[in-house]
Amino acid sequence: MPGIVIIDYGFGNVRSVQRVFARIGREATASADPAAIANADLAVLPGVGAFKDAIAALRSTGMDVALTRRAATKRPILGICLGMQLLASRSLEDGVHQGLDLIPGAVEPIPAAQHGLRLPHIGWNEVLDEGADAIFSGLELNRDFYFVHSYHFVCADSRHVAAKCSYGIDFCCAVRNDNIFGLQFHPEKSQDNGRAVLTNILRIVEHNATATA
Amino acid sequence: MLKTRVIPVLLLKDGAINKPVQFRRARTVANPMAIVRVFETRQVDELVLLDIGCAEFGEAVNADLVRSLADELSVPFAVGGGIRSLATMVDLIKNGAEKVVINTAAFENPEIIAEAAAVLGRQCIVVSIDAARRPDGGFEVFTHNGKQATGVDPAKWAKQASAMGAGEILLTSIDQDGTMEGFDLQLVQSVTAATSVPVIACGGAGSLDDFVHVVRQGRASAVAAGSIFHFRRTTPNMVKEALRNAGVPVRASYVRGT
Repeated sequence: MPGIVIIDYGFGNVRSVQRVFARIGREATASADPAAIANADLAVLPGVGAFKDAIAALRSTGMDVALTRRAATKRPILGICLGMQLLASRSLEDGVHQGLDLIPGAVEPIPAAQHGLRLPHIGWNEVLDEGADAIFSGLELNRDFYFVHSYHFVCADSRHVAAKCSYGIDFCCAVRNDNIFGLQFHPEKSQDNGRAVLTNILRIVEHNATATA
Repeated sequence: MLKTRVIPVLLLKDGAINKPVQFRRARTVANPMAIVRVFETRQVDELVLLDIGCAEFGEAVNADLVRSLADELSVPFAVGGGIRSLATMVDLIKNGAEKVVINTAAFENPEIIAEAAAVLGRQCIVVSIDAARRPDGGFEVFTHNGKQATGVDPAKWAKQASAMGAGEILLTSIDQDGTMEGFDLQLVQSVTAATSVPVIACGGAGSLDDFVHVVRQGRASAVAAGSIFHFRRTTPNMVKEALRNAGVPVRASYVRGT
C-alpha cells in the first residue's frame, strides 16, 4: 500500500505533519518524487512561506502535474495552510500568480485593518458550527484550531466552502471538492482537534476508496 | 473569535531551564524535556524557548535539542537564542520549530528580517525586543541579552521591524523581568500603538490580574511569562480562566484543574 505521502518540496514543516499522522497511528512518508505522489492513497501538501515561490517549486519538480492528475482521477489530496491556498485558481499575494486550480477561487488578503485587527491572523480561533463539513464532526470542548496566515481563500463556488472562521470577516477556513481537502489552520499544531479532523478526513478517504474499489 | 494566547517562556542555559531576575542571577528550574512534556499535557497555546547561554559563545540554540523537544509538542513552538543567519533559521524550522525568535541580529542588521520573511514567510519570524525605562522617561532597546544599550525607542524599532517583515513582536521589559510585580503597561501600550502585527507581552507577570491588565490596557495579542509558572502555583490554564472571567476570549482546555 502506498499509503500517505507528504509532498516534500521545501515549503512545509514536513516533520510536524509526519508526527501528527504518527500520533493517530498512521505512517506517512515524505517524498519529492512525483511518481510516489501520483500513487499515494492520500497526498498531503503542506506549506509555509510565499505563494509564488511555493508554486514555482511545485512546477519545477513536476509535482504540479502529479497533483493535477490525481485530481482528474478523483484521488485524494489534502492541502494545509499555504498548501490549501495552492489549490486555488490564483493568488493575489505579491502580484497575481496562477495556482493549481483544483478548487476554483482566489487567495486574497484578509481585510484586517478596516476592522481594526492585526495581521498576520495568528493564534487559536474557532471553526464556526454553521455549515461545517463532516470533517469537523466529533469536536468536544471547543472548536479552536491554530491559524497563522495573512491571506484567505475565496471560493468561486460556495459549495466548496467546508467551514468558516471569523476574523473581521467570516472567511473560508476549510475547502472541500469531493476528495480534495484544504485546511487553512495547522492540524499538526492544533492538538486533539487537529488529530480529530485528520482522522475524519482519513475515514472519508478510505470509505470512498472502498466504495469505488 | 481569535483567542488571546497564554505562552510560557522557557529560558535555556547550559542545557537546563533557568529563570533570571532582570536578566541576571539565573536559577535552574528544570530539564527542558520534562517541562515541555508538562506544557504539552496541560495544552498550552504555544511555547517559546530562548537559549540565553549560547549567544555569548557565538552559537545558536541547538537544533538537535529543538528537534527532540518539537517532537513532543503538538502546539506551536518558537525558538531563539544566538540566531545570526538565515541558514540557522531554516535549519531550526526544518527541525520542527514553527517560528524563530531573533533579537540582536535583527537589530544590528534589519535586512535579515526581510530576507528571512521572504524565504520562510513572515509568520515564522518573531522579533524579540528587550527594553528598559530610561532615567529621563521613555524607553530604550537593549541588545545582547539585555547588556547593550542602543538609545533606540522600542516602539520605533518595533514599527521598523514589522515593516521589514516581522510577523510578531515579543516584547520583554527588562525592569520587570523576573520580579513578578506586573507588566510594564506603558511599554506595552507604546509598542502595540505603533504596530499592526501581534505583540506578545512578557516580563513581570506575578498575579492573574497582571495578565488581564496587559491585555485590556496594554492591548497585547498574547501574554508570556516564565517565573510565575516556575515559582508560583500558577498554571497557564489558571491565567486563561482569569482572562475568561474578565471577558477576554481564550482557548478552552480539556484539562481540568491544571
